[in-house]
Amino acid sequence: MRDFAYLRADSVEAARNAAALPGAMLLAGGTTLVDLAKCGVAEPATVIDISHIEGLSAINVTSDRAVIGALAKMSHVADNAEVKSLFPAVSEALWQAASAQLRNMATIGGNLMQRTRCPYFRDPQNFPACNKRAPGSGCSAIGGVTRGHAVLGTSEACIATYPGDLAVALVAFDAEVDLGERKLRVEDFFLAPGATAEQEHDIRPGEVITAIEIPGSAAARRSTYIKVRDRQSYEFAAASAAIGLELEGDGRTIRDIRVALGGVATKPWRARAVEDALKGKALDENTVRKASELAMEGAVDHGANHYKIALGPRVVARAILKLGETA
Amino acid sequence: MTVHDMKHAASDSARLEAVGGRLSRVDGPAKITGAAHYAVEQQLEGLTHAVLVGATIAAGKVTAIDTRAAETAPGVLAVLTPDTITELKGASDWFGNPPGVQTYCPLVREVTFSGQHVAAVVAETFEQAVAAAALVKVWYDETPAIVDLSDGKAGDGIPIDAMTKEWGDAQAAFAEAPARICTAYNTPREFQAAMEPHGLIARWQGDELTIWEPSQWLDGMARTYAEWFSVPFENVRLVSPYIGGGFGSKALALAHSAVAAAAAKMLDRPVKLVLNRPQNFTSYGGRAATRQTVAIGADREGRIQSIVHRGVNETAVDGMWVEPLGSVTSIMYATPNFSSKQNVVRVNTVVPGAKRAPGENPSAFGIESAIDELAYELGLDPLEMRLINYAEQDPHAKKPWSTRQLREAFAAGADAFGWAKRSPQPRSMRDGHQLIGWGVAAGTYPVRRAHGEAVVKILADGSVEVESSSIDMGQGTYTILAQTAAETLGVPVEQVSVKLGDSHFARAGVTGGSRLAGVMTGAVYKAAGQALDELIGLALSDPRSPFQKLQANTLQVRDGRIASPRGEGPELSIAELMSALGRDHIEAKGDTLPANTTPEERYKNYTTIAMSIPHTEGDWSRHSWCAHFVEVRVDEDFGTVRVSRVVSALDSGRLYNPKLAESQWKGGIIMGIGQALLEEGIVDRRHGRIVNGNFADYMLPTNADIPDIQTISVGIPDPHSSALGGKGVGELAIVGIAPAIANAVFHATGKRVRDLPITLEKLI
Repeated sequence: MRDFAYLRADSVEAARNAAALPGAMLLAGGTTLVDLAKCGVAEPATVIDISHIEGLSAINVTSDRAVIGALAKMSHVADNAEVKSLFPAVSEALWQAASAQLRNMATIGGNLMQRTRCPYFRDPQNFPACNKRAPGSGCSAIGGVTRGHAVLGTSEACIATYPGDLAVALVAFDAEVDLGERKLRVEDFFLAPGATAEQEHDIRPGEVITAIEIPGSAAARRSTYIKVRDRQSYEFAAASAAIGLELEGDGRTIRDIRVALGGVATKPWRARAVEDALKGKALDENTVRKASELAMEGAVDHGANHYKIALGPRVVARAILKLGETA
Repeated sequence: MTVHDMKHAASDSARLEAVGGRLSRVDGPAKITGAAHYAVEQQLEGLTHAVLVGATIAAGKVTAIDTRAAETAPGVLAVLTPDTITELKGASDWFGNPPGVQTYCPLVREVTFSGQHVAAVVAETFEQAVAAAALVKVWYDETPAIVDLSDGKAGDGIPIDAMTKEWGDAQAAFAEAPARICTAYNTPREFQAAMEPHGLIARWQGDELTIWEPSQWLDGMARTYAEWFSVPFENVRLVSPYIGGGFGSKALALAHSAVAAAAAKMLDRPVKLVLNRPQNFTSYGGRAATRQTVAIGADREGRIQSIVHRGVNETAVDGMWVEPLGSVTSIMYATPNFSSKQNVVRVNTVVPGAKRAPGENPSAFGIESAIDELAYELGLDPLEMRLINYAEQDPHAKKPWSTRQLREAFAAGADAFGWAKRSPQPRSMRDGHQLIGWGVAAGTYPVRRAHGEAVVKILADGSVEVESSSIDMGQGTYTILAQTAAETLGVPVEQVSVKLGDSHFARAGVTGGSRLAGVMTGAVYKAAGQALDELIGLALSDPRSPFQKLQANTLQVRDGRIASPRGEGPELSIAELMSALGRDHIEAKGDTLPANTTPEERYKNYTTIAMSIPHTEGDWSRHSWCAHFVEVRVDEDFGTVRVSRVVSALDSGRLYNPKLAESQWKGGIIMGIGQALLEEGIVDRRHGRIVNGNFADYMLPTNADIPDIQTISVGIPDPHSSALGGKGVGELAIVGIAPAIANAVFHATGKRVRDLPITLEKLI
């Protein structure tokens, strides 16, 4: 038997103390942890069940900010009326993620901790080499089946794609993750692999995500999330884009724009070069398409994922133009 | 063995009960409420659990296995390796050919594919077995593997002469034809992907073996177990009450089955072994990857002068699978000159197997794509092109069709779809960013025939039992056999219970090749008729019968009540009559075999496929037919293909239950959508290993991917195909869907995709 200790935390404080134990892992919705334990990737010494902690599932939304408790279910956030009207990209990203069953189980905090779908990462028995699992062991994906792998933010150590949707929207709108002692921008919370592929998040032993805060903005109110994939539902993005748009009073000049991509990078990917190229410009198709190409600055493909370099900017452009049409 | 409460399933309308009525699935309530217990859900005293250890290399030798850590792990009862597992005898193949080897070891020393079973752990609990299996250490001497058909080491393969079909001078006629196309089509390795995994529970009691295992062929699998363990066939009982999807994959006892049965014998305890999801991609074969080239030469009016076809499918290093790629190519269109040849190439894979319409499915992708390409080449409407070359008889067998309602299918489908409104030019229909395309393709499947037997019992209370070792894997056997017995006997369908899935019942051959409904309705019709004859005979002649004095020639049963045809004399329920006769039951066993069939021939008929009746036997060529009309929407920027409309007109002859037939057709169409757009076993070429062997990464269509599907039955009863006039249903509808979609994608985009699946990167 793969035995582990099970602890139920009734308070955030208790969870933090337990999370500092060696080999401890938090259990919330369980959709990632149980899955990874089954494929032999996660072998926790202690599982700390935080799902019973009171007060961590509230969703408070004003025009200034949304504060979403870490234990709020994906489906509840997606269906929240204020989230839908003030942060539509967040709701759309959630609706297009996973399946109805998973969204009903998975929590917002857990969603940020979702691991990559890289098939080599998920199969330790057949592919022992994986720098994410075993630092220094190498990368089985490079030279292998790479159709789903990242073209941005990769390193020689790892090319695994960040698979999520929600965090892409969060990154676009400068959301923060609340770790108690610290608050971090979500963009900084996720780490590109570099030489330390095993470190995916800036989270320390004993830290527990308690909430996500998203600043309100005109761009967030006029936002969308487009996800492209072969299957209509229940598939990770081939490429996705979270876009927010604010126009000047003339209805065509771009005052503020937020651009983030999913499915193409090792972390939720903010594309500031596209934003900078479009701010102050008139919104027209040619300008948007040309600027969207900048999202792929520095992209490196590994063969079968080459199409993402063409696809990513098209998704960005489509989302911007869609928002432009809804003036 | 299962009895369904028919009262819940039957509807008010009496018409539903008869053959041809739209009776809902009688097993539906049990499945929906969880009352249906599948094979491996049986609760047995002392059950142990086995977990397999798979090879992590694709080719080479096992040099050592260290089992010490596993053996001392908590709960472990045994660790089986090639050295310690009990020796089995070789078993004959499914044709009944004697084994090439004397002994059989289901755990291998010579690895020929990644994931092949090397060892197994048996423990008191499943979790203990899983944990201990991870402790088994295997060392290998790895050798280079041939990973797939495109491997440089694969070569041209082995010619399969039996697949060669030729008439006229195809090469010369092609060379002279004024209009020509020559193109190559590829289909990937695909998997049956049944929701219910493979697995079994094996229990020995002395030298009697009971196996609970999902099965498309109880008698065939029972024979294999009997031969492996050198026990009489009668000593093996296979139980398979429900099957959670087979699609061709569950007709044979496989290596993992042998491991479980051997472990049960060694431990003298029942053993449960269920493959985990990745093992379901490596423990038995899916559809072989295929390559075809199709060359068609035609005159300027579009009349085909020649078809030259070459095909290749992958097979295993240690097993042979031929996916007959010329099967549709050779019969769909009239041509004076034809040549089709096929090779197989050995690669390091588990031996491929049957997946819904093996042969016909990839064959149709080739010919139905190619004829579409030729239509565009000639500026002809793709539907018109097909009608110009309509085959009035079987071009290969040179025999008339028993029935071929394909012209009617084209007409009905085109009308319902609105084909006449199609804009002929590719890329000429759009809705915003969506390029719209309309495509057509035809499909066909041969009428495979065999024999079956059934027992029909009339019980004292007037209820009726039907018993057969055939199975229901969702296609509706429980339901249509109840309908057949009810109609034949003249009783309400809720008085009939059907028992299937136990090899101790009356025998049946394989449930595959869309043959079961035709075979078993015939057998039940016969058995029920015999039971009715006996009942009426007794009623007329037995001194205790109230009808005896009537001096009538015959009696009638209607709604479970028996009376003379003109109504004079008494009218009794069957129960009242049985009571008067003092009988507790009347039993008849009926079969469709000739009366002089020997016991040996009967055994062979049910336990091998050697006695299947060719579809071109005698004066007729027998096939089901269909025409698919498909609309796709392709995003011009993203390359994503969405099927937005399907209209299919199908000729399966007479339908025993139209509701269930439509359901099977739709299932085939849905599976075809998956094949066209999503499904592909992706191999890591360095390791020869499938890397997407799970349901998150092996893409199957979700509900969101499936539009409304309209099916139209254009069949007429075909007396040459089955006792009651039906032709095959289950496999037909998948044939032709993939080319219809590919043709629609071309119409939408102007891009011809000849490699399935049509994923977005092929269109951007």
